Amino acid sequence: MTYTTHSEKETEDLGARFAANLPAGAVVALYGDLGCGKTAFVRGMARGMGIDCAVTSPTFTIVNEYDGPRPLFHFDMYRLGSADELFDIGWEDYLARGGVCSVEWSENVPGAFEGDEIAVRFEKTGDNDRKITIEGGPLC
Amino acid sequence: MKILAFESSCDETAAAVVEDGRKVLADEIFSQVALHEIYGGVVPEIAARSHLEVISLLADRALQKAGISRGDIDAVACTYAPGLIGAVLVGVNFAKSAALALGVPLIPVHHIRGHIAANYLAFPELEPPFLCLAISGGNTMLVDVRSYTDMRVLGRTRDDAAGECFDKSARVMGLGYPGGKPIDDLSKQGDDKAYDLPRPAVNDGNPYDMSFSGLKTAVVNIVHHAEQTGEELDKAGLAASLCRAVSESLVSRTMAAAEALGYAHVAVAGGVAANSRIRADFESACQKAGKTLYVPPLRLCGDNGAMIGAQAYYEFLAGHTAGSDLNAYATMEL
Repeated sequence: MTYTTHSEKETEDLGARFAANLPAGAVVALYGDLGCGKTAFVRGMARGMGIDCAVTSPTFTIVNEYDGPRPLFHFDMYRLGSADELFDIGWEDYLARGGVCSVEWSENVPGAFEGDEIAVRFEKTGDNDRKITIEGGPLC
Repeated sequence: MKILAFESSCDETAAAVVEDGRKVLADEIFSQVALHEIYGGVVPEIAARSHLEVISLLADRALQKAGISRGDIDAVACTYAPGLIGAVLVGVNFAKSAALALGVPLIPVHHIRGHIAANYLAFPELEPPFLCLAISGGNTMLVDVRSYTDMRVLGRTRDDAAGECFDKSARVMGLGYPGGKPIDDLSKQGDDKAYDLPRPAVNDGNPYDMSFSGLKTAVVNIVHHAEQTGEELDKAGLAASLCRAVSESLVSRTMAAAEALGYAHVAVAGGVAANSRIRADFESACQKAGKTLYVPPLRLCGDNGAMIGAQAYYEFLAGHTAGSDLNAYATMEL
């Protein structure tokens, strides 16, 4: 399903609607260049999952953990070079914890997913316009 | 009281000996920058392994430089959050073992509290309360330092850290990693009004919160527009405009907070404090407002062990010690 948003706020709202019906254990692979709205989308996801805290970029720490009714693990593969490094930081342990894993810069870790992930692709169509394609998962 | 302190939250392994929170007896740093350069960033697994390889040697060297033996150590301290989890774990576990073996207290220190404490090492006269802006590659927060261990976060970034904005902008501008220094260098030859960049406003709620993601996106848009239209990009002008935009966001909020709280002392800490535009803007703003500015020398702005040893002393006085069950955390409130 493809969506069009016209502001960061709209991208965030889409993330909130998307995450409201996500099953526990879902893996959300985010694809898209710098400044496309990936972190804004995940911030919306946290809101949609009833998590009430500041969601900031995990680029520096690689993963941020947010506690809520269902926990949200927010990964950023920006600085990683291969899927091996994702496993080295305990990817499988996170999967086993039954939360929702969202992974920014999934293009950096090809082969890390098992085919049951939901792919969300961000494309910049104007300074503020974004085309967001969600492959799989519940409708939003 | 002599504290042996470790820092390993990112790509610097450091061991230091600090006496009574203010006097640095040794400050040893091993930087992994060369190891990570080929990958264009910090690779977490390499960071952890490299910490493991050098931490023991650094500890011995710190004691040697300080001219003391193991028996002279009164406590062991370490950064326990936030940072790359594998990297932080190395320092935590080494510190735990050292404290246990020596039979001395173990003091966990929050990395950002350490950055703030770098000011105590540089400025013997500085005492809380004061206002501190902590800015680095992973963090951007405005902190009300009410006492050595009682701190309140007044505002923080809602999205990207200030340093991250420099790093990612540098990447799209083709300036390499880390991006802070090349942007700073380039900006000195550029016109800071060359590009009209947004001053990201956070209008809902907290007046001290900041946002840098929109600024990064604006830089990306400018670079892409130039590529598409074939128009030549004024890189120096863009770097100067970016430094100005980041600096104005930081300085205006910091000065407003200092005014609101009635503080005469304003401190800046963290790696981004090395940016010359930010330093210069803070100097003139503080001079105009009649406030005293504290910015540690460059060596103390980056990650180091001495700052952890400084803060550890005050954490110890406040009774903040830990047992062998101490864990490391990637994220942690200040």
